[in-house]
Amino acid sequence: MSIKEEYKYGFVTPIASDVFPKGLSEEVIRAISAKKQEPSFMLEFRLQAYRSWLQMKEPTWANIEYSPIDYQAISYYSEPTSKPRLESLDQVDPEILKMLDRLGISVDEQKHLTNVAIDVVFDSVSLGTTFQKQLKEHGVILCSISEAVRDYPELVKRYLGTVVPVKDNFFAALNSAVFSDGSFIYIPKGVRCPMELSTYFRINEKSIGQFERTLIIAEDDSYVSYLEGCTAPAHDTNQLHAAVVELVAHSRAEIKYSTVQNWYAGDSKTGLGGIYNFVTKRGLCAGDHAKISWTQVEAGAAVTWKYPSCILRGDHSVGAFYSVALTSGKMQADTGTQMIHIGQHTRSTIISKGISADESRNSYRGRVVMGPHAHYARNHSQCDSMLVGGRSSAHTFPSISGGNATAQVEHEASVSRMNEEQIFYLQTRGLSKEDAITLIVNGFCKEVICELPLEFAQEAQKLLALKLENCVG
Amino acid sequence: MMLEIRGLHVSIEGIPILQGLTLSLPYGQVHAIMGPNGTGKSTLAKVLAGHPSYRVDEGEIWLKGKSLLGMPPEERSHFGLFMSFQYPVEVAGVSNEQFLRHAMNAHRQAHSLPKLSREAFALLLSQKMERMQIRSEFKDRSVNVGFSGGEKKRNEILQMSLLEPDLAILDETDSGLDIDAMRIIAEGVNDLRSSTRSMLIITHYQRLLDYIRPDQVHVMDKGKIVRSGGPELALILEEKGYEWI
Repeated sequence: MSIKEEYKYGFVTPIASDVFPKGLSEEVIRAISAKKQEPSFMLEFRLQAYRSWLQMKEPTWANIEYSPIDYQAISYYSEPTSKPRLESLDQVDPEILKMLDRLGISVDEQKHLTNVAIDVVFDSVSLGTTFQKQLKEHGVILCSISEAVRDYPELVKRYLGTVVPVKDNFFAALNSAVFSDGSFIYIPKGVRCPMELSTYFRINEKSIGQFERTLIIAEDDSYVSYLEGCTAPAHDTNQLHAAVVELVAHSRAEIKYSTVQNWYAGDSKTGLGGIYNFVTKRGLCAGDHAKISWTQVEAGAAVTWKYPSCILRGDHSVGAFYSVALTSGKMQADTGTQMIHIGQHTRSTIISKGISADESRNSYRGRVVMGPHAHYARNHSQCDSMLVGGRSSAHTFPSISGGNATAQVEHEASVSRMNEEQIFYLQTRGLSKEDAITLIVNGFCKEVICELPLEFAQEAQKLLALKLENCVG
Repeated sequence: MMLEIRGLHVSIEGIPILQGLTLSLPYGQVHAIMGPNGTGKSTLAKVLAGHPSYRVDEGEIWLKGKSLLGMPPEERSHFGLFMSFQYPVEVAGVSNEQFLRHAMNAHRQAHSLPKLSREAFALLLSQKMERMQIRSEFKDRSVNVGFSGGEKKRNEILQMSLLEPDLAILDETDSGLDIDAMRIIAEGVNDLRSSTRSMLIITHYQRLLDYIRPDQVHVMDKGKIVRSGGPELALILEEKGYEWI
């Protein structure tokens, strides 16, 4: 067996930061809002969320176990102290540039071969975005949510909290109260965004919580493909990441949202440290023939609680969820989706691939709802689990509620096992062990990986193979 | 010698299986290994292919003058060893063609040859498949998934014809096959016989040897070769049973 490659994103960047004292109160929320010089409606939004949150209880229904989170032991805001407003990303602190380099992110537009505009969120703040000029020519807005609050308050006011209401759930309420940064994207009517848009999230500080907020609005007949990547340093304490993502697709618009999540998963033997990933992601197909797809490769985090969902309100609108969730070591993932069919002839597809290795626990949780007016709506779900080694577990919790006699729902599920015999078989045909694992995993995840933007598909395949190399035996 | 095994002792989880097995297989010859169930025939095949679960406690294995001990399975494959599995393994989501191309190109790379393009490989594959009377839809199906017993075995022989090994080990290739399937497979195997290629045919029953005539027959019992002889030995065994040994 090869020595497991250490989590290569586990380094800490030595950067001077302005970190809020630990703890959460109205005062802290007012301070965040003041720091960002927000208009009063934002402060109201935050305070309303905070007051709701105080009344709410942390959900316990997920198939995960973790030590209680002390919300007063978390710092809710951290930003690098040297933060002048920059013209472009390549002017940031050299230490941060070094970090980006180690993460394999090139912010130099000239060197950037792949056609991807990137925003980088470091702890609580956005560092700036690339390709501003090209995007502006098309009227596309890609900026941090803080900038959006300042520069496009009417858009933010109109959409923020409409897909994920502040009281939606415990973690969404917390996020709504304290969110610091994240991405804002606006695609005007009829515009096909000329490049992939992307945000890279990085948690650096040890006791910081990252609460990012992303809002994407696609006007009629527009198209956008967006990708987010996530990493964090290896700390021996748990860090909280509670994000909210809202998507709004108007008539005939399409939003493709992809995630390659590789948060630090904690020590694979002791389970110490790692990110608690509690995320609420939801898209609204507001208009007819709108289309939203979620593609996720979840390969990191100690605990994942995440259900990217679609509300199919427009007639003939389409929702999709393509997911690979890989757990190894002592990771736990409870992830899946909801497809809420409201409009007629709405369609949804769910393809979920769970891979569990070592002593990890991997659950798929899905809910398909056919509303009373969802005439002729259709859903197809396929949930496949692969077990690697003998001590991991895979669970499936599907739920279907049908309120319309003309709607069709199909659900398929399977469990298989990647074992030594499979790898041996491929090796006897001349493939190296690594290539054998890659081939098996890629075969298993094929339908999901091919939904990722080409530039990231290969990276995702490598990531999965790397994570599994040492788990088979 | 193509294959030279001397005093081989092998155990799995501390239980001895092979206990002093010695065997010589010259270039270009076909030898059969027969014997009752549980005597270690399949273990021998797996050990030769490099299965990680078995431990070689003692003895030597030489292929074309090179020791196989400690060599990983893929290197043995590159070096010219091929084993046809008794139970070929299923790999979902990987098409047969993709798998075979990977295998082929891994071999070519190991021999410093350029990789075959998709097109070149597809052409080669269809020629081989045609020769073995395998339907072309076979290429697009996942490796061994939903294959019948006969299809799986035929797929093994197809791999062998692509990889063109020096030594082919056929582990119970006849098990679970009807007479027609067996005849087709035997034809495929006979087609690959040559003066430079050796084969080791492991079988419980004599009937496969009606179609693939061996140069020598070895009888295995309790982890070693207890008797060797010409093809007539197989017939005697068929008639008198393994008790006779």
